[in-house]
Amino acid sequence: MMKTADTQVIAQPGRKIIFRLYTLTWIVLAFTGFGQMPIFKRYYISDIPGMAWSADFFATHYIHYLGAVLLLGLIAFAAVDYLVLDRRRYRLSGAGLVRIALLAGIVVTGVFRVLKNLPDIVFSPGATMFIDIAHLGFMMLYLLAVLCFAFTRSGWLVPRSGGL
Amino acid sequence: MDPKISRRSFLKGTLAAAGVAGMSALPLPKSARAAGGQELATLIDIRKCIGCEACVEACKDVNAPKFPEPEKPYPKMYPSRVKVEDWSDKRYTSDRLTPYNWVFIQNATVKMKGEERTLHVPRRCMHCQNPPCADLCPWGAAFKLKNGITRINSDVCLGGSKCKDVCPWHIPQRQTGVGLYLDLLPAFAGNGVMYKCDRCYNRIEEGELPACIEICPQNVQQIGPREEILQKAHQIAKEINGYIYGEKENGGTNTIYVSPVPFQELNRAIEKGPGKPHLKPVENTMEHADNLAKAMVIAPFAGIAAAVGKIYKTIKDTGNSEAGHDENR
Ligand code: SF4
Ligand code: SF4
Ligand code: SF4
Repeated sequence: MMKTADTQVIAQPGRKIIFRLYTLTWIVLAFTGFGQMPIFKRYYISDIPGMAWSADFFATHYIHYLGAVLLLGLIAFAAVDYLVLDRRRYRLSGAGLVRIALLAGIVVTGVFRVLKNLPDIVFSPGATMFIDIAHLGFMMLYLLAVLCFAFTRSGWLVPRSGGL
Repeated sequence: MDPKISRRSFLKGTLAAAGVAGMSALPLPKSARAAGGQELATLIDIRKCIGCEACVEACKDVNAPKFPEPEKPYPKMYPSRVKVEDWSDKRYTSDRLTPYNWVFIQNATVKMKGEERTLHVPRRCMHCQNPPCADLCPWGAAFKLKNGITRINSDVCLGGSKCKDVCPWHIPQRQTGVGLYLDLLPAFAGNGVMYKCDRCYNRIEEGELPACIEICPQNVQQIGPREEILQKAHQIAKEINGYIYGEKENGGTNTIYVSPVPFQELNRAIEKGPGKPHLKPVENTMEHADNLAKAMVIAPFAGIAAAVGKIYKTIKDTGNSEAGHDENR
């Protein structure tokens, strides 16, 4: 049933593109996010033909930022879209709420991480490390949650039942 | 005793030790301590340096407690391409940067007014104003302090060497067999700890001068608020018709060199290679990302605008179709 709700919502015109873009954005963000750790060269990823760029920290950092721009745009789009067009017929599922909470964690820590990288903003060493590890932690939890939800087929939305 | 210690380096060592002993009394200049929010920068007047290496020895002496004491044998690394970097038996190496040598002297023989002259350039971390080593450290181990010092926390660093890769001068140096990775995944994550000049942050906290500045018999270096240091640098450059390095490099650093000859020439004349940084012009490495950061502010508004457009269209379409069919379910 939950899956049906998502399928119905996504079936609306234009939504499929948005959903695919969202998935693609996450693939890019996850890959370039992991690329922030010095592992792609160590573990031969950058040796794969066409993947040499993945060992260039400035390239992965830049693409990660681009992904963040896209993600922020998509989140704002989806939020307004839902609130105005779908809210009356669908409500957020438990899985949707968990996703939103984890997304909020990722976004907020990400924003602080970006702020910290700006030339004139200095955070304390403790705060810097907290933000870094929290960003990674929220990301891992989000991945885990999405995997679990894929398994239990729990979508973002469920139809509002009864009355109204 | 190391049999290779030459008379010269013995003399240097003694000179340094004597300096270190009498050092702690010398204070940081008032203007530096009163700097408040301003970043501290150092001015290195290349003309004055005689290459005595007293600074190199002083740095080693006062920072010895921070140096790595690795445990052997080192864990086997996976994959095998991950090389052990062990400087613990070569800790007296002083002609390049190592985890045990945070400053060294580069020599450049150049022509000045038709005469050959050798200039000496003390090299260490530049303490960039927007340091990619700290910005891109995925772990928060490298960081910048408000007073303009860039540091690497050796308790946290995993030795992935990313800071070295992204540093335009490849300054930080790795020692295997120490640090947090030994407690995490010794074979798979990390490979030690990265070390570099921390501009004697602990001495500065106490109101003392960095050891290399304090010991120098030639007063090659000065430290103070960046604005003040830049002014002095420009004044000297004007007087001697000289050149400045570090004001613009990598978007600005807190190490300002003044030289009587162009830095291109110095760069040509110095020995470069691992642990021996160049003196080339350096673009602002973080600039592109900083620009993209601004796009992040606009992105949500663009998303909202797109949604509003879509909603408007949906309402219009619904309106039209409602007008078309009298009844709508
Ligand atoms: S010179 Fe290199 S190590 Fe030093 S602050 Fe700049 S980027 Fe970091
Ligand atoms: S400032 Fe301190 S740590 Fe840096 S080179 Fe000088 S003595 Fe060494
Ligand atoms: S900076 Fe000073 S102490 Fe260091 S080598 Fe030059 S003259 Fe000697």
